[in-house]
Amino acid sequence: MLKQLIKKSRISSPWLVHFNSGACNACDIEVVDTLTPRFDLERFGVLLKATPRHADILVCSGPVTRQTRDRLIRIYQQMPEPRFVVAVGSCACTGGVFHGCYSVHGGVDAVIPVDAYIPGCPVRPDAIIDGVVKLLGKIRGDTEACPLQSNSKAI
Amino acid sequence: MMAKYTLPVGPQHPALKEPESFWFKVEGEVIVDVDIRLGYNHRGIEKACESRNYIQCLYLIERICGICSHSHTTAFAQCVEEIAGLEIPARAKYIRVIVGELERLHSHLLWLGVAGHEIGFDTLFMYSWRDREAVLDLLELITGNRVNYAINTIGGVRRDIDGPKREQILSQLDLLADRAKFYADLVTTDSTCLARLENVAKFSAEQARAFGTVGPTARASGIDLDVRRDDPYAAYGEMPFKVIISDRGDLLGRAIVRLEEIGESIKILKYALQNLPDGPLTVKAPRKVPAGEAVSRYEAPRGEDIHYVRADGSDHPERVKVRAPTMANIYAIGESMKGSYVADIPIIIASIDPCFSCTDRMIKIVRQESGEARTMTWEELRQYGIRWYQQ
Repeated sequence: MLKQLIKKSRISSPWLVHFNSGACNACDIEVVDTLTPRFDLERFGVLLKATPRHADILVCSGPVTRQTRDRLIRIYQQMPEPRFVVAVGSCACTGGVFHGCYSVHGGVDAVIPVDAYIPGCPVRPDAIIDGVVKLLGKIRGDTEACPLQSNSKAI
Repeated sequence: MMAKYTLPVGPQHPALKEPESFWFKVEGEVIVDVDIRLGYNHRGIEKACESRNYIQCLYLIERICGICSHSHTTAFAQCVEEIAGLEIPARAKYIRVIVGELERLHSHLLWLGVAGHEIGFDTLFMYSWRDREAVLDLLELITGNRVNYAINTIGGVRRDIDGPKREQILSQLDLLADRAKFYADLVTTDSTCLARLENVAKFSAEQARAFGTVGPTARASGIDLDVRRDDPYAAYGEMPFKVIISDRGDLLGRAIVRLEEIGESIKILKYALQNLPDGPLTVKAPRKVPAGEAVSRYEAPRGEDIHYVRADGSDHPERVKVRAPTMANIYAIGESMKGSYVADIPIIIASIDPCFSCTDRMIKIVRQESGEARTMTWEELRQYGIRWYQQ
């Protein structure tokens, strides 16, 4: 009963924390853009939080650089379970244009498990909204609404 | 004597979008020293350029920074064009100016929103970002993308601005000019803005020169410096505009310079659109660039951006070096912050409009005697600053 209530609250108001693991700023600005009047992600109850301890969803943009790798893992571990990760942008999905650079590990899934991938360089705010709504569908257990597959690679 | 603390900020915080770490030494509420740690965003772009050909480099260079992407590609293309001895067509020069100035508009509106957010004035943040969408729509109309426009190519530009597009851009510019005037009036008269910006982090002209600051940060300290006028590139030699200078040296000065620059950018845009010369968009560029080296300067929204390219006669550069404007301004933050309050940290850092993906943030407080450490996130610090001023 209580579990059902928590799940319902989580779906109707997911809290996000945003981390830039080495992106060029374009995706980060588009993430912030989705919260501003034209796109207004807050109408889905989504709030951007300051600390990973309050967040349900980690929105990660950019390839993982050597310096941010440990920070990213620490932020992921600080999040309470169940936790979900959204990789925003081509770089966060695969490393993108920075694939093969000496100080880049690759996509976010090279370091932590990812639940939803939103490709684009940079991602359009419309796509971010679509990605977050699909992830919410997935949390609800609605597999048809979300053809995304979880990457089960462990840390 | 009051105990000294070290206050570490970063690298994860949601207000500023990039990872960077600052260690502040504080005595009570007053900052005595700052230690800046860069490099969280280091991806190795300069090295990666050496293994890509010039066209591939252009797309990689565009992704140095998502805000001033046009600045970087133009500076890089100018270097390659100089080495290869190419003179780009007049129409291409004008289109580079148009996209460059639209980029300045969007960057300054973005800065205004971030500055508003840092001082706890979120209404300003929402207003200015709403108006910024109009600029992004224009950029999308011209280039097909909201950010990372990919309009430059070696030897010219890739897309044309035709009649109907020109009319549509001109009609939007009048609206933006009105909004810019509204924001300039608001920032100079609103009591919240004045209380947080006036006489905070004063930076004299001598200091600004000694620390090598560039762009709006330097111009707000009374230094008359603008690459667009001093060393005209693209079609800036023909553009009518004046360089905005303020001798206030404080945060309010930096805001005034940026907001008035929006007005000047609109003037440049109108002139460029009305006098767009006819002709081709590109000249043919060789795949292999002859051996040589070149340096080019570009007035990005944050200041002077310098690119250096050395070619060895093959189809890829031998060395690429980028000096982004934030790199020149970052040490000025450290100096201008000394003597300011902890509550002013967010807005002082935001005042130079930092772009760490260009240059390459989190706060940690260590009590030096006991070694006790406390880490503050950017948001906690921002809230702390707002509460401190409310008392």
